[in-house]
Amino acid sequence: MNFFSLVLVNLGRNKRRTILTLLSVTVALFLFCSLGGVLDTLQEAIKVGSETRLVTRNAISLVFPMPLSYRDRIAVLPGVKSVALQNWFGATDPKNPRNFFAQFGVDDAFFPIYAGDMTLVEASPPQADVAVPQGMDPKLASYLAEQTACVVGEKLLQKMGWKLGQTVTLSGTIYPGSWPFTIRAVYRARKKSFGEETMFFHWKYLNEHGMQGRAWVGVYVLDLGDPGRAADLAKQVDAMFENSDAATRTESEQAFQAGFVSMYGNIPFVLRVIGLAVVFAILLVAANTMMMAFRERVSEFGVLKTLGFEDGMVFRMVLAEAAIITLGGGLLGSLGAKLAIEGSGFNVGGFLPPMSVHWSTVATGIGVAFLVGAVSGLIPAWQAARLRIVEALRRVE
Amino acid sequence: MAIPLSYNIRNVLQRPVATLTTAVGVGLTVTIFIGALALAAGFQEALRQSGSAANVIALRKGADSEISSYISRDAANIVRAHPEVATGPDGRPLASPEMVVVTNKPRLGQPGSSNVTVRAINPEGLAVRSAVKIVEGRMFTPGTDEAIVGKRIAPRFAGCGIGEKIRFGQRDFTVVGHFTAEGSAFESEIWGDNAVLQPALNRDGFQTLTFRMKDPARFAALKRELENDPRLQIQVQNEQNFYSSQSDMLSNIMRFMGVFITAIMAVGAIFGAMNTMYAAVGQRTREIATLLVLGFSPASVMVSFMIESVFLSLIGGAIGCLLALPINGIVTSTTNFQSFSEVAFAFRVTPPALLAGLIFAALMGAVGGFLPALHAARQPLAASLRGM
Amino acid sequence: MAAVEIKQVRKVYQRDTQKVQVLDGISLEIAKGDFVALMGPSGSGKTTLLNLIGGLDRPTSGDVIVSGTSLSGLKGRKLAKWRARNIGFIFQLYNLIPVLTAIQNVELPLLLVPMSGKERRKRARTALELVGLGDRLAHYPRQLSGGQEQRVAIARALVSDPEVLLADEPTGDLDRKSGEEILNLVVRLNREFGKTILMVTHDPHAAERATHALHLDKGVLSN
Ligand SMILES: Nc1ncnc2c1ncn2[C@@H]1O[C@H](COP(=O)(O)OP(=O)(O)OP(=O)(O)O)[C@@H](O)[C@H]1O
Ligand SMILES: [Mg+2]
Repeated sequence: MNFFSLVLVNLGRNKRRTILTLLSVTVALFLFCSLGGVLDTLQEAIKVGSETRLVTRNAISLVFPMPLSYRDRIAVLPGVKSVALQNWFGATDPKNPRNFFAQFGVDDAFFPIYAGDMTLVEASPPQADVAVPQGMDPKLASYLAEQTACVVGEKLLQKMGWKLGQTVTLSGTIYPGSWPFTIRAVYRARKKSFGEETMFFHWKYLNEHGMQGRAWVGVYVLDLGDPGRAADLAKQVDAMFENSDAATRTESEQAFQAGFVSMYGNIPFVLRVIGLAVVFAILLVAANTMMMAFRERVSEFGVLKTLGFEDGMVFRMVLAEAAIITLGGGLLGSLGAKLAIEGSGFNVGGFLPPMSVHWSTVATGIGVAFLVGAVSGLIPAWQAARLRIVEALRRVE
Repeated sequence: MAIPLSYNIRNVLQRPVATLTTAVGVGLTVTIFIGALALAAGFQEALRQSGSAANVIALRKGADSEISSYISRDAANIVRAHPEVATGPDGRPLASPEMVVVTNKPRLGQPGSSNVTVRAINPEGLAVRSAVKIVEGRMFTPGTDEAIVGKRIAPRFAGCGIGEKIRFGQRDFTVVGHFTAEGSAFESEIWGDNAVLQPALNRDGFQTLTFRMKDPARFAALKRELENDPRLQIQVQNEQNFYSSQSDMLSNIMRFMGVFITAIMAVGAIFGAMNTMYAAVGQRTREIATLLVLGFSPASVMVSFMIESVFLSLIGGAIGCLLALPINGIVTSTTNFQSFSEVAFAFRVTPPALLAGLIFAALMGAVGGFLPALHAARQPLAASLRGM
Repeated sequence: MAAVEIKQVRKVYQRDTQKVQVLDGISLEIAKGDFVALMGPSGSGKTTLLNLIGGLDRPTSGDVIVSGTSLSGLKGRKLAKWRARNIGFIFQLYNLIPVLTAIQNVELPLLLVPMSGKERRKRARTALELVGLGDRLAHYPRQLSGGQEQRVAIARALVSDPEVLLADEPTGDLDRKSGEEILNLVVRLNREFGKTILMVTHDPHAAERATHALHLDKGVLSN
């Protein structure tokens, strides 16, 4: 036996209480880290895009389009390697209207630019003899060979219960009508933050059937040869269109994505407040337990002191007891949150990258648990330490 | 025979520290619960308030939001001329064709930018929007580069103060007034004149047409007629229902998050209550045994402890309600992804939410007290009387 | 040198506004190896005196000197350390830690001195064997009879080999037979191991086994 096992033995004294307290700390820290995970995910979302790609959009807002003619004017700027188009489609699956997912009409230049972020893993060519140009992924060729083809993320396929090669019909909101799409390829994200719940299809299809050939473009994605010139080029692009009907705003893809995050407004603050309330609530539960543990052992503290245990040792003993309960709960809850949340791959309808709980959040959770232990143990520990032997021995439970 | 209630109340009050820590733990859970409900209710109410039950709104078929809708000038004119549309004292139809767009504006006092809804109306459109009141400055003068800004977003975005300039497209507009609209989402919008804003933003036609009916009872027939008119390609709904539905997605997410968070918190609080109740039972082993010997039934002992636990939690519930009250009216904002623009709204702590909080607390008490109460009712008599 | 020396000790308890004088200028010397029985009516201050000698409480005035050390000069940590090394306590209600086994209870005071775990266990076992409980090492207090519990408590008091043992009615809660056994044990500790013992008792028969008997009444000692 040693000092530590003495603490453990005391924890075992009222196993039910110890376990209940441990579990309530566990669930609280699970919650704390889950909330932290939402903040982490927002953090991650800020960093989603590349810093070396540029995104050009209408200066008024994303809702306003730009003419297709901008593409060629941007493409000839020195330093721009290629330019891709992307239009938000915003349709819903009438069979599953509650399951929101993002769809984009993109042109052929889109896939080479994002080759580092995603990769096609499966394809179902529209006919057996799809011509595959030199050096092209035959899976991409399967998609390019058909105008109504689409590429969907692996998770989306799963979530919606679709199959490769299946034709799904979406109903448009911005572009009215029924839109049949055939799933010709499935992609997997190479970067976790890219997500796997998006659908990409031919911008041309959208232009012909949704815009009567008016060729409006939602955003341009600019792939640069020299990332160092990004800021420079952004200014150049915007200056070029400054006095036209559709003035533009060009920023790095990362800044563009971060813009979405800032739209969440006060939500992060609200989550922090809730996190604080959770911690405080759990502090009370733990403190109550430690007070109870102290109260029923007053005379034993007297005995220990009679045997020569110093006040400081008794103080540390009570503190250690509290810290072990809360640390145990903290470890379980924090790690549990990381495993459960990251394991489930939960994400908010594709708006945000898949939920993650950073190790720093887990560490914070454990730290908070430790602190809760220390604080909740402080009063009883102090009371135990200053307990006068004579009084402690006289007190009969 | 039942054990008198005062027995439990006295016991709860006799251990103030345990009672308070447990009750506050329950209370915080209740506060978060009510807070989540208040958030969702506030958001929902802001949007519901936008619509008037007496108005009808027309959108393009299939459009699920104002910004994804489009109504051509011709279609708008056809509807305006319909005999079912009410007319004002001057004989003009009470109908407001509106251009609704989203513009990205830098925030004030916070980094980043966010989307703000810009609504262009015809000057006579205000007759349909009777909730709108100028609270500072004045109404924009039709035909000029002037705009008015909703009171709730005026302090949140740059350039929205009275006299300041705000840019749309290639033109600068002067903010001449701030308006309220009974707390509705309109207070998060910028309004101007169709005749000026449409050319400035290079737009033609409208997003929606809102009108009043001569006889609201004939809504169903009118809806059928307009929706079946092949020239129009529109859908027609009650305005209040439409705006309410615009809050569905986000308020559901808020409620889901609220339930998720409070359910987990409740587990922790229930464990805390169990601890306290087990301790209460433990301390009174001899007392309980005496009650049993006196002829009280185990069932009444069980009920008595359940009541004690519920009472304890209700104290917590009351604390939770008190803590939740001050958040009523606090204005917060977030982007409504259905309208793709920011909505500022106030938390609404409603009496039903408070009641729900109390019921929730009582439930936590009942669940947390069940096992300890069972334990109390089932204790072996002889051993208990001897003491431990 | 006397094992215990008490000089003009007064003890006054303050209860609210009321002062209770428990010990009224007591002086006493207990020689090394003495076995003193302390008797007196309930409330006469026997436990109080014991507590003063053990350094659990401080006199209002006067001095307590144990094995040449004046307790008035010891405070806090020093006093705790001193007590661990020099005094063994035996209580009427045994005061064992219920969640520790017999041997763990006995090991407890040894945690305070630098010693290997193995050595601790060895000493604790020896002490338990000495009190006749070599076969009950892993038993918890609730699995032992009252007499056995008291013997564990005695082993605990002995294990750090203190010079002075203070026993407060060690047989008070026991039946005649167990009480007798405990008494025999205490006598043995005095005779064989030379421990100086001060034992409070109400039982004249027990007092007879001591080398001296003292009476405490109304705050004053008499033989
Ligand atoms: N901490 C205290 N505060 C106030 N009064 C005390 C305190 N401790 C003891 N007393 C009082 O001092 C007196 C002596 O108590 P003490 O416990 O020493 O008696 P005792 O002789 O051991 O009695 P018993 O035989 O019943 O054990 C009693 O009247 C008691 O009420
Ligand atoms: Mg006594």
